[in-house]
Amino acid sequence: MNAPLPAAGAPLPHTFRDEPFDPYSVEKMSEAQERAYLASQWTLMWWKFRRHRLAVISAVLLILLYIIVAFAEFFAPYNYQSRHTAFIRSPPQAIHIFHEGSLRAPFVYGESFKLNIDTLRREYTNDTSSIQTIRWFCHGDSYSFWGLFDGSLHLMCPAEGGSLYIAGTDRLGRDILSRMIYGARVSLTIGLIGVSISFLLGIIIGGLAGYYGGTFDLLVQRAIEIVQSLPQIPLWLALSAILPATWSPLLVYFGITIILGLLDWTGLARAVRSKLLSLREEDYVLAAQLAGARPARIIALHLIPGFISHLIASATVTIPRMILGETALSFLGLGLRPPVTSWGVMLNEAQNINVVALYPWLLWPVVPVIIVILAFNFMGDGMRDAADPYH
Amino acid sequence: MIPTLFVTSVLVFSIVVLPPGDYFDTLVSESLASGEKADLTRIEFLRKEYGFDKSPVERYVLWVSNLLRGDLGYSFEYQLPVNDLVGDRMVLTIIVSGFTILFTWIIAFPIGIYSATHQYSWGDYGLTFLGLLGLAIPHFLLALVIVYFANVWFGVSIGGLMDDRFLNQPMSWSKFWSIMQHLWIPVIVIGTGGTGKMIRAVRANLLDELQKQYYTTARAKGLPPGRALMKYPFRLSLNFFISDIGDVLPHVVSGAEITAIVLSLQTTGPLLLRALQSRDTFLASSFLMFLAFLTVVGVLISDIALSLLDPRIRLQGGQTK
Repeated sequence: MNAPLPAAGAPLPHTFRDEPFDPYSVEKMSEAQERAYLASQWTLMWWKFRRHRLAVISAVLLILLYIIVAFAEFFAPYNYQSRHTAFIRSPPQAIHIFHEGSLRAPFVYGESFKLNIDTLRREYTNDTSSIQTIRWFCHGDSYSFWGLFDGSLHLMCPAEGGSLYIAGTDRLGRDILSRMIYGARVSLTIGLIGVSISFLLGIIIGGLAGYYGGTFDLLVQRAIEIVQSLPQIPLWLALSAILPATWSPLLVYFGITIILGLLDWTGLARAVRSKLLSLREEDYVLAAQLAGARPARIIALHLIPGFISHLIASATVTIPRMILGETALSFLGLGLRPPVTSWGVMLNEAQNINVVALYPWLLWPVVPVIIVILAFNFMGDGMRDAADPYH
Repeated sequence: MIPTLFVTSVLVFSIVVLPPGDYFDTLVSESLASGEKADLTRIEFLRKEYGFDKSPVERYVLWVSNLLRGDLGYSFEYQLPVNDLVGDRMVLTIIVSGFTILFTWIIAFPIGIYSATHQYSWGDYGLTFLGLLGLAIPHFLLALVIVYFANVWFGVSIGGLMDDRFLNQPMSWSKFWSIMQHLWIPVIVIGTGGTGKMIRAVRANLLDELQKQYYTTARAKGLPPGRALMKYPFRLSLNFFISDIGDVLPHVVSGAEITAIVLSLQTTGPLLLRALQSRDTFLASSFLMFLAFLTVVGVLISDIALSLLDPRIRLQGGQTK
């Protein structure tokens, strides 16, 4: 650009390149471009998902949580039912690593309590002379891992004869942290099972309605309208209030999941139906029809892969709603009942503000509930954005 | 609409009434538990009186015909007609819900508009994140935490909707003032979710409209940004807001049930839950039916309002396949 102008009258300098002419140079793609063009739909989605920082962090967090859930017996310092009558409603014990200015392995101070005769409260005091170093990969409370084989290995245990209540204990002297870890097993799986039920119902009903249309479609539409016109929370309550009190905890657990799933399929069925309605007009469906494919083949091989990612994303968004549903029901005492433990069952004890004011650590289960719900929401958001990689 | 309501009523009736056991069983077991003798002849009489000995179909017909005449039935537990019982609490519920909705709008609209006009700015990220938080954090847990911290920091119990001395008092100015003082916590707690939802909706709708040609044209011919925004895209983005009425209406009446329990508000939600638990049949089923009715009416109203406001929707209606 800034080359000096040739003198007046002098010939203009020739501009041509020495390298051989390649007529395809315009069409040639850089390596990155080529990868992007040849990538499959799922790869594209993965790339897009990866860009959503918050969603990736949430996904990692959730995976970690589910790993903990799978090995709850190992990660919990105590068995969730073991009661420590000497430590009823003990406040959380802080983990220290400094003792009188010197660094040590993580430890807690020993506790002792005095009964306050006026208020009848146990007042716990730290005894800084007794240092209880936490043991790692140690043998503690025995458990039956998944009900299959017995074990007693824990990630961390209290010192011999000591105590380790990181989140305090409840009114029966049970360790709240351990109960939270065991409770996660119920709280986190109930969402997955419930969503699977509603997912299955949604795809089958919505798919049939969308592809065949006609009277069946009309009926399904009306049914969806009716289910949606019922107020959701009262309906959950009404349904769970009629679960017989004589049922075993396991049956109640499945009853609750089925209730949550049965009332949740409508949104998904609508999404499937409207997607099918628009997708079946696409050229590639016509091509498949002309090639002689049968409806079942078209739905399964051509239509569903086109929007399964959408469905998974929208199902993910409903998981937190189910987790919350279970928590709310159990919180009110209508859902799961002890001895089964879930975050909602634990929060049931925190219903009374006077109890909470005295023993605020009973509120601990609120934290994982909120974290899990936020994580699922963020991950669902990222998945929804990623589900449409061509957008 | 009428067939929908019919099926809904059958559903509600079968969920609430048909499961084995009724309120009188609860009564008997409760009085046995408290060591009293249950007056079985009286209970038998009551059962007959309220038609519990008839077949389900007969009872259903009786219930529906009463509903149609505006008689919601009789609450066993409170020994009052449901109409009176619900009426009292309805006023409070509507006050709470009304203020909540107002709060939602006042907060959500400016934020939504700001986020849309400053897309991808730090303010947008921060505010949408806050909205997402509000949407995701469950109300009743938020209520629990707030009640606890209010207790720690201010040393007061902030539950309830009014000072205790105003309970069961007729409405007066001092009672009204007391309600106002207690109102802000439920309004904030219940309002956060709706606010988050509305911020997202306003933002998404406005963003769609802001990319359209007519907005560019309006700006190009020299309309100041504020007026260009308010005159066209904002009005169009209000569509979702009208279609939301159908959702809002039942919530206005039921209130946030679980939050209301945590905050011990004297609204209709806790009443309904208690009725469901103690099998207070008429109270529960009539109230559920009332909520379902409001939902259907809400959808109808929003459909009509939408077609009046936005001619495009009416045109599309005929072409659905």
